Amino acid sequence: MAETRALRALGLIVLVALLALPAVAHFAKDPAWISLVTRMLIYAIAAVSLDLILGYGGLACFGHAAFYGLGGYTVAILFHHARSSEVLWGLIPGSTQFLVTVPAAMLVGGVVAAAIGALSLRTAGVQFLMITLAFAQMLFFLFSSIATYGGNDGMTVRRRNEMPGLDLRDDTVFYYLVLALLLLALWAGRRLVRSRFGMVIGGIRQNERRMAAIGIDTYRYKLAAFVIAGMGGALAGALMVNHARFVSPDMMHWTKSGEFMVMVILGGAASLIGPVLGAVTLVGLEDLLGQIPKWGEHRMFAIGAILVLVVLFGKGGLWGWIARRLSRGGDG
Amino acid sequence: MLNLAVEQALNGLQLGVTLFLLAAGLTLIFGIMGVINIAHGSLYMIGAFFCAATLAATKSFLLALLAGIGGAALAGMLMEMLVMRRLYARDHLDQVLATFGLSLCVNEAFSIVFGQRPLYVDIPPWLAGSVEVVAGVPYPTYRLAIVVVGLLVALGLYLLISHTRIGMLVRAGSTHRDMVRALGVDVRLLYTLVFGLGALLAGLAGLMAGPVYTVQVGMGEQILILTFVVVVIGGLGSIRGAFLAAMIVGLVDTALRAFVPPWLKTFMEASAADALGGGLSSLGIYLLMALVLLVKPRGLLPAHG
Amino acid sequence: MILARTLFSAALAVGPLSLAHAQAPVKIGFVSTLSGPAGYLGQDIRDAFLLAMEREGGNRLGGVPVQLVVEDDGLKPGAAKQIVDRFLKTERIRVVTGVVFSHLAVSIVPDVVDTGALFLSPNAGPSNFAGKECHKNYFVYSWQNDALHESAGALANNLGYKNAFVLAANYQAGKDAVAGFKRLFKGKIVEEVYTKLDQTDFAAEMARIRAAKPDVVYQFHPGGTGIAFLKQYAQAGLNAQIPMVGAEPMLDVATLRAVGDTALGLNVGVKWNTDFDNPESRDFVAAFQKKYNRVPSYYAGQGWDTAQALAAALRVVGSDNPDKLAAELRKANFKSIRGPFRFGPNQHPVQDWYQVQPVKNADGSLSLKTVGKILAGHGDAFSKDCKL
Repeated sequence: MAETRALRALGLIVLVALLALPAVAHFAKDPAWISLVTRMLIYAIAAVSLDLILGYGGLACFGHAAFYGLGGYTVAILFHHARSSEVLWGLIPGSTQFLVTVPAAMLVGGVVAAAIGALSLRTAGVQFLMITLAFAQMLFFLFSSIATYGGNDGMTVRRRNEMPGLDLRDDTVFYYLVLALLLLALWAGRRLVRSRFGMVIGGIRQNERRMAAIGIDTYRYKLAAFVIAGMGGALAGALMVNHARFVSPDMMHWTKSGEFMVMVILGGAASLIGPVLGAVTLVGLEDLLGQIPKWGEHRMFAIGAILVLVVLFGKGGLWGWIARRLSRGGDG
Repeated sequence: MLNLAVEQALNGLQLGVTLFLLAAGLTLIFGIMGVINIAHGSLYMIGAFFCAATLAATKSFLLALLAGIGGAALAGMLMEMLVMRRLYARDHLDQVLATFGLSLCVNEAFSIVFGQRPLYVDIPPWLAGSVEVVAGVPYPTYRLAIVVVGLLVALGLYLLISHTRIGMLVRAGSTHRDMVRALGVDVRLLYTLVFGLGALLAGLAGLMAGPVYTVQVGMGEQILILTFVVVVIGGLGSIRGAFLAAMIVGLVDTALRAFVPPWLKTFMEASAADALGGGLSSLGIYLLMALVLLVKPRGLLPAHG
Repeated sequence: MILARTLFSAALAVGPLSLAHAQAPVKIGFVSTLSGPAGYLGQDIRDAFLLAMEREGGNRLGGVPVQLVVEDDGLKPGAAKQIVDRFLKTERIRVVTGVVFSHLAVSIVPDVVDTGALFLSPNAGPSNFAGKECHKNYFVYSWQNDALHESAGALANNLGYKNAFVLAANYQAGKDAVAGFKRLFKGKIVEEVYTKLDQTDFAAEMARIRAAKPDVVYQFHPGGTGIAFLKQYAQAGLNAQIPMVGAEPMLDVATLRAVGDTALGLNVGVKWNTDFDNPESRDFVAAFQKKYNRVPSYYAGQGWDTAQALAAALRVVGSDNPDKLAAELRKANFKSIRGPFRFGPNQHPVQDWYQVQPVKNADGSLSLKTVGKILAGHGDAFSKDCKL
């Protein structure tokens, strides 16, 4: 198993690099790297959660940004009410505690995913793609028109949430927290896809009829996967609003759903680690290309071309390519 | 009140026809090659830009028309030969991603060449002004022309697909690809031509929309989502479905905007009614699609079975 | 990222860093929307800024060597945040400007001012930072967003209209626009219509306007949707029957070119126009046209004024010390192309508003002509809540 050994070594190197990043960035007097990588890791969480249904479940969801945005809005709205000490709908007080707002965000994401999933999963294929898009667009328009929460302009969250024992306002602390949550999400995802549940989901992707024939209620399994993915998306959104201290309906726009799909497929679907690579690559490319003087504003041309080429010629995305290289090296 | 209803019905029809021209190409390409083409919006933009640029350079509406249609069709065929051809055997996700990338490329290329400032397109003088369809309702001639062209195209597509040899091949090509090939038909050429036809229709929609909407990079994406809604409501791959859905979407969307806010005002406070009406019309089409798919998961008139 | 920038600069030999480091110029962070359909707005602001630097003999403002670090936010709040983060932390920039859109300003202004740096807004003036949350390091050189639409309301009064049909895109800025219009308009609102944010076809709304027979129509639709609205209004034959008033963004030079003759007959409230008869304005318009071969839009005008204001402050202070610069900027001691310009208590402009109309030139092209004054020394409704 030279292949797995090579992969493990690579994983270890990447992990050490990630752990050392804040120190290196400070040493190089370039601390903006920390927030750039934080952003990559948050997107990675969203992409990994989407991979569960998109890659493993074969469910082409074009509305993942809805859950991402809901997670973000939950944190922002709770902050807003904690600040103004108005009680939401007469029963929910605001909060600025990370350990309250983030689980609340995931709860909201999960509940809404259950509702959207319950309806959407009656369709399949392209229709599923479109109906998830439709629900996300409805939420986008809804939040664009709620004046209390800033409407289209969005609203600022002046301070990051608080957590006992950790100073989240410190970018380095927040970075390690996000990194820990991503690792946790990867670990949980791995457990999940290797469990009986994961096997069933994979089986449904390959042949739903056969799974139904052996007596499995495929709808329930798909719905459960959809809810888990929605919670993951909401977690990412909650983290992003804490990171950016800003929320707006842009988080729910269909192009954001598209970006998440791009991350998953660019990196390599159904691999968990691929979407992380995809998120890092896409955010990194946009940021680096954007810095090229004069031509930076036309970076979308290059990004578009890369997407086309990766889909046409790169089977299994970036991760597929890396895995193949490593296994070839292992053989020789 | 009746006059207003007639006028709004015409408006709905006109919106529906524009959507149909876009949706027809999209659904044709899906029905036959099984490809979802996100870059369809770019073809719409190409039609409008080529038309606007030619018009500005030559002042000839005829040349502009030919440039718009021809440019879009050529661009479509080129797209098919370079990229789409390799996507037929892939799953829908790969197709969405590749064509999304393609649309980013095309849009950015156009913004490099033409700049981002919106372009100006005039209405041909013989279509300027308005006609009184019903007494007291002047309706813009140009919009009527769009309706007529759209209906003619719909009729033409119907005849082409159900009454000609090409149409037969097209229908057969979608379900029995190998059989058609066995008959000695060059399926690759057929596919390229079908893609070109879809692109041509998108380009036609784009160039006709030019004088009414805004000719600008990104104009395609704005209408693309609505087009997808039409295609999905109608049933993927079904031209008849696309026509029916385009009409429904056009009329419902217009009706929501035209009649719901005044109706709400009959029992609500004015500003609340305006706000709610605005919200309803924003959500309306998506709500409609969700409802249709919940009742008929494959759309109103699904193409196969 | 410094490394990345240096590499790119070296490779292309056009980047700002390829200049000599000896003088250590004052860095100005310019983050704006340069790509996508709205990219030309940011480009106009940038081009005016660069022109101002060039007119001082190249890369100088107020005699102080400066380096404009230009980056594109792509109309994405996330990207804008990232760029500003890099500006503040890595490049140690103390002066940030450039932003076009309000929601992007809302997303980055707290980051900038909380770290003690200055934010000079050449366009966005959201109400968020005009009232209670105003900040001593935040300056706006365009308008407060509501004031813009208030000018249209006052214009409708001046023209003697008794009732108005108002339409706006259904989002926050659209609602603010309507609120602004209604604040000064004394007549009756016949109907208030909110259109979809991405709507391109307005035929249904045209029919409703025709049926309502108002004295005047006021509308606010951003960018391309605004162009579509104007075209369709004329095509429906409405501009011959019902006059329309609007605020500055309804009809900039790019919009005017795209809608053509259908713009004739509109009345617009503006704070500056290319035909202003003062030396600064004449000088700017001529220089801009000479360098870029196009008529400067009002976005360009705002970019120019922002650069002039910064230049005046830099001339006195000589460095990018934010506190000293802020104290100078507050005086607004520069010659604006608009004529008189001063700040209200919230550091938003207090300025005159004018009525302009599109007119046809001898060669068939269109331009905007100033016909009268609407409001004098007009501030905004939020400044009373600002305690600086």
